[in-house]
Amino acid sequence: MVPVSYYLALAAILFALGALGVLIRRNAIIIFMSIELMLNAANLLFVAFARSFESLDGQIYVFFVIAVAAAEVAVGLALIVTIFRTKHSIDIDELSSMKG
Amino acid sequence: MFGSITTDMVLAILPEIALLVLIAVVFVTDLVVDEKRRGILAWTSIIGLLITMLLTAFFAQPGAEAETLWGGMLRHDWLAYVSKLIFLFGALITTVFTLNWDSVRFKGEFYVLLLTSTLGMTLMGASADLIMLFLSIETTSIPLYVLAGFLTDDDRSTEAGFKYLLFGAMTTAVMLYGFSLLYGFAGSTGLYEISAAIGAGQIPAAALAGAAVLVLVGFGFKVAMAPLHFWAPDVYEGAPTPITAFLSTASKAAGFVVLTRVMIAAFSSVQAEWQLMLAIAAVISMTLGNLVALSQTNIKRLLAYSSIAHAGYALLGVIAASELGAASVVYYFLVYVVTNMAAFGVVIVVSRVIGSDEIADYAGLSRRSPGLALVMLLAFLSLAGIPPLGGFIAKVLVFAAAVQAEFVWLAVIGVLNAIIGLYYYLIVLKVVYLTPGKDEQKALPTPRPQAVALVVSIVLLLLMGTVFAPWYQWALNSASALF
Repeated sequence: MVPVSYYLALAAILFALGALGVLIRRNAIIIFMSIELMLNAANLLFVAFARSFESLDGQIYVFFVIAVAAAEVAVGLALIVTIFRTKHSIDIDELSSMKG
Repeated sequence: MFGSITTDMVLAILPEIALLVLIAVVFVTDLVVDEKRRGILAWTSIIGLLITMLLTAFFAQPGAEAETLWGGMLRHDWLAYVSKLIFLFGALITTVFTLNWDSVRFKGEFYVLLLTSTLGMTLMGASADLIMLFLSIETTSIPLYVLAGFLTDDDRSTEAGFKYLLFGAMTTAVMLYGFSLLYGFAGSTGLYEISAAIGAGQIPAAALAGAAVLVLVGFGFKVAMAPLHFWAPDVYEGAPTPITAFLSTASKAAGFVVLTRVMIAAFSSVQAEWQLMLAIAAVISMTLGNLVALSQTNIKRLLAYSSIAHAGYALLGVIAASELGAASVVYYFLVYVVTNMAAFGVVIVVSRVIGSDEIADYAGLSRRSPGLALVMLLAFLSLAGIPPLGGFIAKVLVFAAAVQAEFVWLAVIGVLNAIIGLYYYLIVLKVVYLTPGKDEQKALPTPRPQAVALVVSIVLLLLMGTVFAPWYQWALNSASALF
């Protein structure tokens, strides 16, 4: 069996990539993809730990996370479409009508 | 694990069941009633929430011993009970504030989303498992993202919704990563089992403190504490004002209930580490919130920064990690919810008439509507912590908790900040009472339902500042459920 530490390392890399993407990229859709990457890093850990503990809790958790992530993306895309209609751009630096 | 369902278990989730029924009723009413008569949707929600509150208050009261029910998912204790009542009250007043507001009051989905978010909060208050905790936080947040961006023809509202969603989704992902590490350390998702497993195990403190940081990112976002407050001013300004009121009261209180429960239940073995982290966050929140509020010209932004500062004060109670500390957090939010609801209520009524949220446009309000000006005076003085209002007792309690836990320096910084806070609250009151305005002869009428909501809030506010014992007993009962 592949040791859990390998999964820990892979999840940490995925999470760091996702976090970097959120911080560096300015395109709203790419930011969303990066957030998905972060969520999936957590999912990978849950599944790996569930396997090593031989318990189902972690696996069930992942199902819920996938469902919630889908709902979040649906709301996010709806808001992106609304913003695109008025601004004709999904660059998040354009979102600066409020200051102070 | 597979035991039968008992009356106790059903009574524990009575508020949730009632809310779910109410959501279904509002949904169906929205479908069958034709467009002109949809004004009854708001009233359906109000009556439903009142019934839910009464049912909760009388039938869902927990016993002296805290119980963990539904396969370890939910905790039935006083903290859950009191916090559920706070959230339901917040939702009720928010719904009253949406009456007479034509862009939402004919839309069933607005009320369905608001009630769903409230349902998420009631579950947050009772969560005793990482799975339940994650799901309830998301059930609260996702409807709030939509509600913040509800006015699709207003650029600022969609921008607020989107910013809220981006920050929310990102911090949730970080928090979830923390949860997965916690599961890996303990081998269990139950909050109370985690603490036992960690206490007995050989997890290095550094790893556990790392998981605590990740989890705190998620909670810090919900309570809008520094350095995770960036979203708050923009979202508060752009969101529809009743939703701003809901975000700054019920949603923040829900975050604090979860923060207190998880930190004390699951992270007790690294208490010194998280106390230090939260102490730093509290100092930054109070100082930054108050200093930036000084220069605000928009009343919603001013209240946003003030709410960041208040998150800092309430954090002192969490940091104390004692029974008095937890009780002071509960008391703080009992007071804070009614106070901020009253303050935002005035903002909602005034901005519907004058069409502006600029503080300068509040000039002469005391001549146009003495009642609204008085509500604003009492609410702002309570936020500033002046006796005999509730805000004074709440501040005394959190500072006392900090001193008792030997964080005297934190209490001193808190008191200094309360003085800065007093200054900008008084500036607004000076504009309301002393500065001459342009339309002073024109009366500014308050619609009756809103007036009732404001009077209820102010009466509660005065009661919490004077008849101190019953509320404090609630707070103490809630705190003793944690230890």
